[in-house]
Amino acid sequence: MTYLKPLFRHPRLPKNKLGYTLKEYEGGISTLCAGCGHDSISATIVQACFELAIEPHLVAKISGIGCSSKTPAYFLGNSHGFNSVHGRMPSVATGANMANKNMVYFGVSGDGDTASIGMGQFVHAIRRNLNMVYIVMNNGCYGLTKGQDSATADVGSASKSGHINPFQPVDLASLAVDLGATFVAQSFSGDKQQLVPLLKAAIQHQGLAFINVMSPCVTFNNNPGSTKSYDYVREHMHATGKTDFVPQEKSIQASYAEGTDTAVTLHDGSVMSLHKLAPDWDPEDRLSTVNAMQQARAKNEILTGLLYIHTGYGDLHQILNTSDTALNSLDEKSLCPGQKTLDTINAGLR
Amino acid sequence: MKPTDTRDPEYYHKVVDCQYACPAHTPVPEYIRKIAAEKYTEAYMINWESNVFPGILGRTCDRPCEPACRRGRVEEEPVAICRLKRVAADQKGDVQSLMPHAPFPANGKKIALIGGGPASLTVARDLAPLGYEIHLFDEQIAGGGMMRSQIPAFRLPEEVLNEEVGYILNLGIHTQFMTYVESLKAVLDQDYDAVFVGTGAPRGRDLPKLPGRKEGDAFIHIGIEWLASVAFEHVDKIGKKVIVLGGGNTAMDCCRTSRRLGGEHVKVVVRSPFKDMKASPWEKEDAQHEDVAILDNHVPLSFEVENGKLTGMKFQRVKAHYDDKGKRKLIPTGEPDVFIEADEVLIAIGQENSFPWIERDIGLEFDEWEMPVVDKVTFQSTHPKVFFGGDAAFGPENVITAVAHGHQAAVSMHQFCQEKDLHQRPAPYTNLFSTKMGIHEWSYDSPVTIDQRYLVPQAQKSITLVDRRKEVELGFDPPTGYKEAQRCLNCDVQTDFTADRCIECDACMDICPTSCITFTGNEADEDRLREKLLVPAENKSQDILVSETLKTGRVMVKDEDVCLHCGLCAERCPTSAWDMQQFFYSVTKAENV
Ligand SMILES: Cc1cc2nc3c(=O)[nH]c(=O)nc-3n(C[C@H](O)[C@H](O)[C@H](O)COP(=O)(O)OP(=O)(O)OC[C@H]3O[C@@H](n4cnc5c(N)ncnc54)[C@H](O)[C@@H]3O)c2cc1C
Ligand SMILES: Cc1ncc(C[n+]2csc(CCOP(=O)(O)OP(=O)(O)O)c2C)c(N)n1
Ligand code: SF4
Ligand code: SF4
Ligand code: SF4
Ligand SMILES: [Mg+2]
Repeated sequence: MTYLKPLFRHPRLPKNKLGYTLKEYEGGISTLCAGCGHDSISATIVQACFELAIEPHLVAKISGIGCSSKTPAYFLGNSHGFNSVHGRMPSVATGANMANKNMVYFGVSGDGDTASIGMGQFVHAIRRNLNMVYIVMNNGCYGLTKGQDSATADVGSASKSGHINPFQPVDLASLAVDLGATFVAQSFSGDKQQLVPLLKAAIQHQGLAFINVMSPCVTFNNNPGSTKSYDYVREHMHATGKTDFVPQEKSIQASYAEGTDTAVTLHDGSVMSLHKLAPDWDPEDRLSTVNAMQQARAKNEILTGLLYIHTGYGDLHQILNTSDTALNSLDEKSLCPGQKTLDTINAGLR
Repeated sequence: MKPTDTRDPEYYHKVVDCQYACPAHTPVPEYIRKIAAEKYTEAYMINWESNVFPGILGRTCDRPCEPACRRGRVEEEPVAICRLKRVAADQKGDVQSLMPHAPFPANGKKIALIGGGPASLTVARDLAPLGYEIHLFDEQIAGGGMMRSQIPAFRLPEEVLNEEVGYILNLGIHTQFMTYVESLKAVLDQDYDAVFVGTGAPRGRDLPKLPGRKEGDAFIHIGIEWLASVAFEHVDKIGKKVIVLGGGNTAMDCCRTSRRLGGEHVKVVVRSPFKDMKASPWEKEDAQHEDVAILDNHVPLSFEVENGKLTGMKFQRVKAHYDDKGKRKLIPTGEPDVFIEADEVLIAIGQENSFPWIERDIGLEFDEWEMPVVDKVTFQSTHPKVFFGGDAAFGPENVITAVAHGHQAAVSMHQFCQEKDLHQRPAPYTNLFSTKMGIHEWSYDSPVTIDQRYLVPQAQKSITLVDRRKEVELGFDPPTGYKEAQRCLNCDVQTDFTADRCIECDACMDICPTSCITFTGNEADEDRLREKLLVPAENKSQDILVSETLKTGRVMVKDEDVCLHCGLCAERCPTSAWDMQQFFYSVTKAENV
């Protein structure tokens, strides 16, 4: 078994604006089962960060517990990371985010980590519109503890042992839309062409960007009868449209066809261009999104792509009007502004 | 594109870059692994089977394998393939007991070999065990051809040469040394069933028209004749100031030999720019290390002779100019001519074939350049009984090429004597087997080291320059040999793909350190498909492996170019659609006909 990835890379590997290749964004060798969907998602995160030329040291990866929550060890090895407690990723992410608003936050979670033990945390992170990318690597089971049905398992879906799940699933994307998340997308680990631009847009989005990624568990939930297997997801995927991410500097030149094409400008000026496939759906109209999702569900389809986006709502920092400077960089003078300031504050409270 | 047929033995053969580039197709990675496992005797025998002279070649081979080595495409330097061969030869145990033993049951056929160089010796080794009665003729006092007369002892000790020539002559070969064959017709008039001509390219080029050539004759020597005279101890000194003309390996051997026979100011003077010189880079380095000056861009004008004694040579200064097609022209710079002092001059500007002893009326055709017409595959001349090989066949090359020719000529001669069709070449022997030992365990060392190429230690100049027989290179010691062996990427362990097992999870594509694997839509045009890969496959000399169409309609395309054979794709594949399979390829020898 190889524990170390060879250090050689392709000599003609492309470089990004920072002069980095993909190698600078890679992590350790995965210890997940060979063929796990989660590994593909890790590779997609590596690709998206490389393409956006993000400084690796300005990224923090925070996760809970689960195979999915282990993945931050396998991407962005030069970034900060915190593998926290089961279901508690959002709390730790909130703390980190509040302390320093100038970083990119990846919250990595699983369907067990989010839809069961961490449900309360998930709901409040959305409600507060924490500026982060919240990824659920959704395999319909508790992979790490050997494949028990999770709360996102579809009713009637069979596990490897043949057990049929009798419960209704929690639809995380619908829930996120309902709770007022400002960016909601759904995708499949096996579709990098869709997932890379979605991730890039999610990173640029100011506010909580939730991505629910179907990510087959090859070991416990890739059997016939499972609705989270490679084959099933591939057969039932239905994309809302073809998504493209156009970085800020190129967005001015981009042109869009009338009718089926829509462009959404993100906070930093970059643009998400969408070639819509789903009729009557407008990503900036919550009602149409809810409608499209319900229709897909009725047809046993998994609606993928960007589902909903709302750029006109401030993130938690804007809502709370927090300091622009990271807490660890505030000097004594700004932390203890003196008696006069204290007097003014006190006076304001009388 | 159509799916690649990996069952065609040439597909995987080509992936093993070193073996493919080796004229004799030595199974390089296989013997390198044996060296790492301290199985030196086995490593030696693998070499002996394919290249006949492991100890000699491990010191002197032109190493076409090294520029081809995949490692050179992922880092600075290729594996020191050649010097590893020497480790096997230096450290081996008893090999003679593993070789065929004379006498062999006679098959009633009789063969003549003219010339005792590596080409003839290879034919002898391949045919003797099959029962042929073999007669070898050479004008020298012992076998080895130019390996004895030309390659200086400080690069190739006589003991090593004698040992490996001996292994062959011990197979019951009838030798007639000190016998110059004056007439091929006379040979053919005897009762030989077939004749092999391995007489090399024995004539050194001269500069007969250069002014002063005749007057200075006593001080001017043809390089290869002079080297032979040194080897056979007819010459043991040279003047203090020596000019060597020419830029090839012969020039390097001449200048380094001069340094050992009393030459103090030895200058190699060459027409071309330094970088265009024919000599191998390591030979140039070794010469410079021995204080030989190399003057490039100098065209000889005249030998200067005063009172019957050579004083030096005049040269014109030139500059290389390359046209659009890269063709070189040497243009005079206009600077004043240069006079270089010299007591003696060695002319090492090339070798030619010469066949004064072959009659032109015996049905053996020669072409307009006075070269015999020889079939490139069968090595048969237009006289059905006469075969050529080595430098005699198509002009001067090197030892490993002579060996490769010898194997093929032996196959043909055997087929000829058995009245078989010479153009029905026997297929190579190949084998492909899984290296899987456990769930993620392979029978080869799959981790890739980042060690840089190790340098071969050399004996001190103060010792080597006073004794022309003292070997300069000391060879790797076993620990260094092990470390160098570990640099090999095991390119013969193939990534074998089975399309109908693949579930398209992308794991292999994601893990591959060198981005070799891409899942993508197929293209009819190869160039289009090459462009679409994760890193476009620009190195067209390397194949791409295209799978059958997968479930999603895409194909898996693997660019063989910089695959590290690390096995990670196979380790990360949940369905064993990838397997690491060891490929063995050996060129068929006469014994397999
Ligand atoms: C200075 C020099 C250095 C070299 N160094 C290297 C090196 O480091 N590595 C390398 O790979 N190659 C080297 N070579 C080239 C290499 O020696 C030859 O390519 C190789 O030996 C050719 O082998 P062969 O069997 O064709 O013939 P040769 O080795 O040339 O042998 C031919 C033999 O036939 C004999 N002969 C010729 N005519 C007759 C006749 N009519 N009757 C009887 N005998 C005859 C000759 O005396 C000679 O012994 C070098 C060559 C030279 C000149
Ligand atoms: C507080 C707590 N409760 C229970 C567990 C046991 N546990 C570990 S992982 C896990 C479920 C993980 O499922 P999911 O988040 O879907 O991750 P996956 O392994 O499927 O990617 C559970 C219940 C735990 N580690 N901590
Ligand atoms: S790495 Fe080893 S097997 Fe591969 S080409 Fe080089 S020597 Fe041959
Ligand atoms: S062996 Fe597999 S993973 Fe390793 S370099 Fe080759 S294709 Fe890539
Ligand atoms: S790892 Fe195996 S199953 Fe997965 S895509 Fe590669 S070959 Fe196919
Ligand atoms: Mg799960």
